[in-house]
Amino acid sequence: MQLFLPLIIGILFSAGFYLLLRRNLLKVILGIALVAHAANLLIFTMGGLKTTRPPIIAESKKMIEGLVTDPLPQALILTAIVIGFGVQVFALILARRLYQQTGISDINAVKNSDVNTEQVEKDGSL
Amino acid sequence: MIISILIIPLLGGIILLLSSKRPRWHFTVNFLVSSASLIAAVIVLTQTVSGRILTLQIGNWPAPFGITLVADLLSSVMVLLTAIIGWAVAIYANKYVNAHQAGEGFFALMQLMLFGIYGAFLTGDMFNLYVWFEVLLIASFSLMTLGSTSRQTEGAFKYVLLNLVASAFFLVGIGLLYGVAGTLNMADLARKAAMMENTIVLQTVALIFMVSFGIKAAVFPLYFWLPASYHTAPIPVAAIFAGLLTKVGVYALIRVFSLIFIHDTNFTHTILLIVAGLTMLSGVIGAAAQNDFRRILSFHIISQIGYMIMGLALFTPLAVAGAVFYIIHHIIVKSNLFLIAGIVERIHGSFDVSRLGDVYKKWPLLALLFFIPAFSLAGIPPLSGFWAKLTVIKAGLDIRQFAIVFVALGVGLLTIFSMTKIWAQVFWKEQPITKEHRNTGNNPVWMELIPVAFLALLTIIIGLLAGPVFEISNRAAEQLLNHKPYIEAVLGGGR
Repeated sequence: MQLFLPLIIGILFSAGFYLLLRRNLLKVILGIALVAHAANLLIFTMGGLKTTRPPIIAESKKMIEGLVTDPLPQALILTAIVIGFGVQVFALILARRLYQQTGISDINAVKNSDVNTEQVEKDGSL
Repeated sequence: MIISILIIPLLGGIILLLSSKRPRWHFTVNFLVSSASLIAAVIVLTQTVSGRILTLQIGNWPAPFGITLVADLLSSVMVLLTAIIGWAVAIYANKYVNAHQAGEGFFALMQLMLFGIYGAFLTGDMFNLYVWFEVLLIASFSLMTLGSTSRQTEGAFKYVLLNLVASAFFLVGIGLLYGVAGTLNMADLARKAAMMENTIVLQTVALIFMVSFGIKAAVFPLYFWLPASYHTAPIPVAAIFAGLLTKVGVYALIRVFSLIFIHDTNFTHTILLIVAGLTMLSGVIGAAAQNDFRRILSFHIISQIGYMIMGLALFTPLAVAGAVFYIIHHIIVKSNLFLIAGIVERIHGSFDVSRLGDVYKKWPLLALLFFIPAFSLAGIPPLSGFWAKLTVIKAGLDIRQFAIVFVALGVGLLTIFSMTKIWAQVFWKEQPITKEHRNTGNNPVWMELIPVAFLALLTIIIGLLAGPVFEISNRAAEQLLNHKPYIEAVLGGGR
């Protein structure tokens, strides 16, 4: 696990940033999702990796004994996953709406809001 | 008391969501909720102005294990400013939001966004800050797309995408910070960071946070989403965005770079200083090339952010006080300018300055109301912007950072140029008569002039009573630079 997880995180980050730099709207959003997953896994590893040591108090005891897995990062990423899921779904719907309204799927063509109003009206693309 | 600041907008948002079948009530309900928030914010400020730090341990879990809400002077000032803008826009929005949009949840989203902003200002926990960021972002995403014209969708798409990248960076930063320090409570982090011997990882984390908050605050190489999106939102929304959302990023930068990442200010704060200079310059030069009223103002947000970051980067008590003063001045002025742009558009049917004109002749009062915030922004004495700029520049001179002072002064000059451009084109010039464009025939109404006049009055008051306002900024800066009271208030004195 010590070697495996950093590798996975690295692959996810590089794949995510590669996709973020693509021009296709959908790929960019997939890139966001991959980067978010990589970030979540990174938080997970920051709690330290221990197997078969759940942070549960045995029935007869009053306190946790010995070294156990840190439960906080897991609680954090659970929150982050849920938030990330909601926001990514919103981004997907927005991309679909953008495609429906303008027929654009190339991110370089998304520039109407970047130029002056007058120019857009002259081009007739508004 | 702190909790009421969060409960009021949350309850308001829920009531507004549940009554979506009765959109006509929404304006009144929203106004009442905003007024209640304003009162609560004033009460909190009166309690913290003496230097007391209010804390609330959520669910009675002691810090650093639970989530802590902290209201020090900076937080309470930011909360009050948010409440003021929320209140002004609540009145103003009446003319702009029809029953249909209200039924779609305009006011509900507005309250939930304010809820997120208040939370971000009050929290004392890094992960909780991330959650508040997402609360305000998701509400702002929806507000931005509410009209769903194709330009709005485009603007919103850029805004959403870059903010998601910023959030991912934020998460990475949080993860690494937890790995290094084993805690996410800001006070606890400050305590542990001060004791840490190997700071190289902490520096890396600092840079990751700089990128994340830098995107949200719209600083130099990371601001491109702002002028591409802010002008597409409906005007009441744009006014809140312009005044408050980037300032949440600035607030977060000030908080972490004065509390946690201060072990190597030579490194981190020099980067901030360079970024500040470039932000000022590129913002003001970008504004010179624009013809759209709102886009000129959007670029000016960026250049003004530069001054705030400059105050933080110089990192003397006077400079940080200047940054706080600048934020106070800027939030009020910038929101007001957007509101005025909206009034001009409603009368003349365009945001394009080359098509506008004659406003001074027809509506001298409106022209006066524009004059006050615009020339305050440019830094004309005795308006609020003059004192804000003076403080930051004086702080720069004190520690002999002449390069940044030179940039700041030059940018001030260019700001005057930009404001006179709007003034000459929109207010003085005779309106060109063209076939495809004619005035809408609307007149400005009291409902929209009252909030604008109220904010303009505040600008004058800040300018004339610069002493007391500066005193508050100074105390806020002292609290930011002297961590002991903050840490004791959060963690308890015994530790």
